[in-house]
Amino acid sequence: MAETSAEYIQHHLTNLTYGQCSDGAWQFAPCADGASMGFLSINVDSMGWSIGLGIVFCVIFRIAARRATAGVPGALQNAVEMLVEFIDDTCRSIFTHSNAVIAPMALTIFVWVFLMNLMDLVPVDWIPELAYALGVPYMKIVPTTDPNVTMGMALAVFALILFYSIRQKGAGGFLGELAFHPFPKVLAPVNFILESVTLLAKPLSLGLRLFGNLYAGEMIFILIALMYAGWAIGIFGGILQWAWAVFHVLIITLQAFIFAVLTVVYLAQAYDVEEEH
Amino acid sequence: MDINMTLLGQTVTFIVFVWFCYKFIWPFLIEAMRERQKTIAEGLAAGEEAERSRESAREEVADRLKDAQAEAQRIVDQARSQAAQMVEQARQDARDEGDRLKEAANAEIEQEFNRARETLRGEVAALAVQGAQRILEADIDRDRHGELLNRLAAEL
Repeated sequence: MAETSAEYIQHHLTNLTYGQCSDGAWQFAPCADGASMGFLSINVDSMGWSIGLGIVFCVIFRIAARRATAGVPGALQNAVEMLVEFIDDTCRSIFTHSNAVIAPMALTIFVWVFLMNLMDLVPVDWIPELAYALGVPYMKIVPTTDPNVTMGMALAVFALILFYSIRQKGAGGFLGELAFHPFPKVLAPVNFILESVTLLAKPLSLGLRLFGNLYAGEMIFILIALMYAGWAIGIFGGILQWAWAVFHVLIITLQAFIFAVLTVVYLAQAYDVEEEH
Repeated sequence: MDINMTLLGQTVTFIVFVWFCYKFIWPFLIEAMRERQKTIAEGLAAGEEAERSRESAREEVADRLKDAQAEAQRIVDQARSQAAQMVEQARQDARDEGDRLKEAANAEIEQEFNRARETLRGEVAALAVQGAQRILEADIDRDRHGELLNRLAAEL
């Protein structure tokens, strides 16, 4: 592909979107006039890769679960159990209430987000170039660099926060919690604004943190990839890419873990009844 | 990088995967782990129990050994005393038998002695009568002097 650096970067950061343009035609790829396709469109690559990786998670863990015995565990069971125990311990230390969904959810988040982040370590040109050769104009393979994906998960977590808050405290109790803290009850409107911001900040920070980290990481991989122009700078670029990939192993694991743990923390807060101030 | 339907699609996908994990993955793994934990705990407890029972068995063996030794000692002592008793008994019997034999012999001797004495007495009486006859040169009337002679013989 003969293109400028700006075009190269732009190409790598564009989703394969299916939607309707202003001329009324449904199509993959951005519209000719450059306008947004609006809300009624879908990022096919993000959905495809995230669902695919989610299925990878489900299949591997389902196999391990079906073969799980109390006897001597095999290699797969060992690895899976290590993760399960790690997540279980983490959840137990944070979430002290009784809820059978929390730990499996944390496991799902951790492994799924980790797998989606892991796509970041695939060299940035391989799959998009392959897709391009097969006639697919755009292909963004790291779902967590798409804010739709991270915010979509954060939205689900937010819904669970609201659901458990209301179920544990009642609608009145939940509203009271929003309105009667941190200042005395006379300042209820002020409290309500403050607490609402706090509440809304939870899903926003949850989704945007993951997106920001992964997007920045991906961007750096793309910038490093731009260095493969000449021999000398290309070798330097190779070293840089290796170093950044090694560092990124830490980041993708950490971000997956943070997403999972923060989810558990937020849901624990939804359960906890704050004492009167 | 627009926000679009992907957002909601992702929310639904997330819920489906969480549900799948909750329903088909997590319980099985946790169950297996709990069970193994239990098995290991039971194994350890059983090992401890076995150690304890081995200890008690050892004590019992020692006790029984001690009992057996005491029993053997008792039997030996008993046998020894019985033997001594038997020897004593035999000795006593022998002594009694000896005494009895001696007594019988004594009695026999006495009897022989008496019989000899009786015989002698009779003979002496006859000799005395004969002697007296010769001395007196006369017949002593056995009827008249018989009583006298018998008295004489009894005095001998």
